[in-house]
Amino acid sequence: MTHRMAEGFRAALLDASRPVPVGLTDGRGGVAGRRFAIYRNNVAVGLRDALVEGFPTIERLIGTENLQGVAGVFLRQSPPDSPVMFRYGAEFPAFLERFSPLAHLGYLPDAARLDLAMRSAYHAADSVAIAPGALSDLPADTLASARLRLAPSVRLLRSAWPLHDIWRRAHQADAPEPRIVAQDVLIVRPVYDPQPLALPAGGAAFVAAILARATAADALAAALVDTPRFDLTALLSLLISAQAITDVETPQ
Amino acid sequence: MTTPTNKAILAAAFATALAGFAGVAQADDMAKEKCFGVSLAGENDCAAGPGTTCAGTAKVDYQGNSWTLVDAGTCMTIDLPPMADGSARMGSLEALDRDLPMNG
Repeated sequence: MTHRMAEGFRAALLDASRPVPVGLTDGRGGVAGRRFAIYRNNVAVGLRDALVEGFPTIERLIGTENLQGVAGVFLRQSPPDSPVMFRYGAEFPAFLERFSPLAHLGYLPDAARLDLAMRSAYHAADSVAIAPGALSDLPADTLASARLRLAPSVRLLRSAWPLHDIWRRAHQADAPEPRIVAQDVLIVRPVYDPQPLALPAGGAAFVAAILARATAADALAAALVDTPRFDLTALLSLLISAQAITDVETPQ
Repeated sequence: MTTPTNKAILAAAFATALAGFAGVAQADDMAKEKCFGVSLAGENDCAAGPGTTCAGTAKVDYQGNSWTLVDAGTCMTIDLPPMADGSARMGSLEALDRDLPMNG
């Protein structure tokens, strides 16, 4: 296939209004028009279904039929740049921000970010949580200058929306109405399946600092600037019970 | 700079959090044992994302020229005012005077 033919093939693949590429034959010298049309349909349906499967929260929020329609628009603007399908859709949140028919659902982009982060957490490397004794044995001075290492599956999402409540509402039948409050979400994977946890106020600032390799004391200071009444005990309990701390580096 | 107060907060918080965790570890290990390799089929696929299952492709892509929202999905029952600008920012249950970035 020449370069020009490949270009034509690619353009026609995602645009059903374009003619079948010239020169395409069915292997026996016949015209491959109908075969190309079938292939074109399968490509679009495959990508559409991949997006529906990859954004379960958006599917629940707007309904399967609506998401299929949006996915049809998106997949033509942002076809995959990798054959690895479980990574497809990274641009979907930004696309939703620009998609005017859904502009009234301002929380959808963050909900899509949550779906992406859950997927990425699922595929992150395995890790083993630190033994609690390794932390409890540290003297106060060492603790202040220690750097906590978090599991590779940990994901932090900051949102101006009640993101965790929205996620619960989408996936749990008995979930209450989302409260009118901004919620930061921490995704953890204590065993095999990722879980989104609502972070207490200031928690995101602490975790963000830890992820940026700050010392425990600097992370605490950052969290207290963010939220003066920051509750470190609650956050540490959350991190420890979620098996999110994998190591602690202490200065020699 | 680390103030003596922060140092004390750190030590106390770690001690309390770790004390609360003692005894939970064993139950967790047992849960892990039980779960090993036994993820529910549907749930596992769902978390893994697309490309990890083999779905049929004998479906039709209805590419319309215009797209309209049909009345379906949970969002129809979620009523949240827009938060895009500061004036519309929600009052919160608890004092929340910071401005969270949308991208984290």
